[in-house]
Amino acid sequence: MAENILEIKDLTFSFRTYGGVVKSVRDVSFDVREGEILGIVGESGCGKSVTSQCILRLNPEPPGFFESGSILYKGEDIVKKSDREMRKIRGTEISFIFQDPMTSLNPTMTVGKQIEEIFVGRKGMSRKEIKERTLEILRLVGINEPERRYKQYPHELSGGMKQRVMIAIALVGKPSIIIADEPTTSLDVTIEAQILDLLKDLREKMNTSIILITHDLGVIAKMCDRVLVMYGGKIAERGTVEEIFYETAHPYTAGLIKSIATLDTSKDHKLVPIDGTPPDLFSPPHGCPFAARCEFAMKVCYERQPEFHQLSPEHTCACWLQHPYAPKVDIMKGLEQEAKK
Amino acid sequence: MTKYILKRVGISLITIFVLVTAVFFLARLMPGGPFNDPKLSEAARENLSAYYGFDKPVLEQYITYLGNLLSGNLGFSTKYPSQTVNQLLASSFPYSADLGIRALCLAISFGLVFGIMSALNRGNGIDLFFVIVAVIGTSVPDFIMGALLQYFFAIEWGLLPIAEYKGFAYTILPSIGLGFYTMASVSRIMRASMLEVVQQDYIKTARSKGISRFRVTWKHQIRNAIMPVVTILGPTVAAVLTGTFVIESLFVIPGMGKYYVESVQNNDYSLILGMTVFYGAFLVFCNMVVDILYGIIDPRVRVAGK
Repeated sequence: MAENILEIKDLTFSFRTYGGVVKSVRDVSFDVREGEILGIVGESGCGKSVTSQCILRLNPEPPGFFESGSILYKGEDIVKKSDREMRKIRGTEISFIFQDPMTSLNPTMTVGKQIEEIFVGRKGMSRKEIKERTLEILRLVGINEPERRYKQYPHELSGGMKQRVMIAIALVGKPSIIIADEPTTSLDVTIEAQILDLLKDLREKMNTSIILITHDLGVIAKMCDRVLVMYGGKIAERGTVEEIFYETAHPYTAGLIKSIATLDTSKDHKLVPIDGTPPDLFSPPHGCPFAARCEFAMKVCYERQPEFHQLSPEHTCACWLQHPYAPKVDIMKGLEQEAKK
Repeated sequence: MTKYILKRVGISLITIFVLVTAVFFLARLMPGGPFNDPKLSEAARENLSAYYGFDKPVLEQYITYLGNLLSGNLGFSTKYPSQTVNQLLASSFPYSADLGIRALCLAISFGLVFGIMSALNRGNGIDLFFVIVAVIGTSVPDFIMGALLQYFFAIEWGLLPIAEYKGFAYTILPSIGLGFYTMASVSRIMRASMLEVVQQDYIKTARSKGISRFRVTWKHQIRNAIMPVVTILGPTVAAVLTGTFVIESLFVIPGMGKYYVESVQNNDYSLILGMTVFYGAFLVFCNMVVDILYGIIDPRVRVAGK
């Protein structure tokens, strides 16, 4: 089995606001293995972006702060590092691809300069080598006429092209981990497929680990080796991609799967939405954060945090339904459908 | 680019033509005339009118004026009979421009630095201090600012000369008095703009590259934040360089400021027109320079201009 290169333990990250402390990420633990694509899935505000930005310390601090936990990268704790120390990691050890390529590139700087900037203040490469490296990376991410693109400004490129530039920025420093925060959300479907193929391809070529954050289960199914499902700042379920889709154990994951339409969905088949809204993270519930929206919720769910149940070597799930005393229900069908029978 | 500039020059000329026409007729619509002195006899008044050509039909005067304007002749002042408007401008503009440039240099450099410092220290004491300075600068009128400067620096502490314009020491107080408002507004705009840019996604991208904080601020934040400041610079430069009535009167500087007010009071048609055309042309020119600067700073404008 591949080695862990990133280990996150009991991470709790909060923001101080005028309204009080928002606990965005609560007791999150996971690890990233060499060369794998790890998916993090969840709805808006579930803490997936904040978690990923913690890894590079990109959340504004203050108002954000680490309440507890550690992020071990190559044996060193990122949580304890200063900004100066973080600079050595950013870009060359761990890099980031942002959600919206339209706004994530500086409009007043040429594409080439924005890629080369990674090397500013780092030793060991001449100007010419840096330029060659940049052109090579542009070619690698599938940009035609790299010599011309090198001198162009972001507004002269299409959306898909800009995202390729973002990927080039993330790749040029040869990082061992790339964090892609919804890299295809703002692109249309054909471009999305191209960009995802590119990422997959690059993983094969460079053996980079990728943390892929998305709310699209389709993307997860296509791309990932392992998946984390996050809800309300906590991990709800984790496992290999097969386990998540075929041996779904958490009602929230089941809800997500039930709410997607596929090509074989027939006309009379109704998609099932998850009713309600995510919990208020100013005062997170005592029990399971999903309890209020869960059709299987029991008394215990509202009162005590569910513990992680180990279902297989990879598969764990934080749900009281997994407890030996819990009633056995088919979460993929749901109570209503069960009652109809 | 050449085509763009030519187009802008063409539009500028049309603007100035419309300005001249409007001011020419509006000035003559004002009650009274240039020779209203009750001591003048009727005959003398008619003589003077004939001498300056004011007895001719207005349309003929207008065409004559346009002809003269094309050859760069702004006509004779009726208030200062021995001097042409060209001579009046030539003798006063250098003072106003000299003072204006000093004021602008002060205003822009301090304004930008204050704005940037303020934004980088958002929410703490340094920010508060610069915000207070900016609020004072934009809300205290120039005659109070000028008088206060004179009172403290010249009278109370005797550090600097109180008035006149005869050397470097004399220029300090009026430059501050004139530039303070501009400095304050530059500082406010720069602060707001910096705070807006810092929330942009590309700043986060820049931070994720592991470059120094200084470089993120300098190359990514300031470069993008400076646009709104450049925008206000056009009209500001024109206004500051062509003199202000209040500061020039307070510090007894022989600049252009007083002619704006005097020419209208005296119905001095040629001088009103001369001042307006000069100021208008200058303003149009400054705005054109700003538009070109825009293209240099922001590549997106460059393409649109082609």
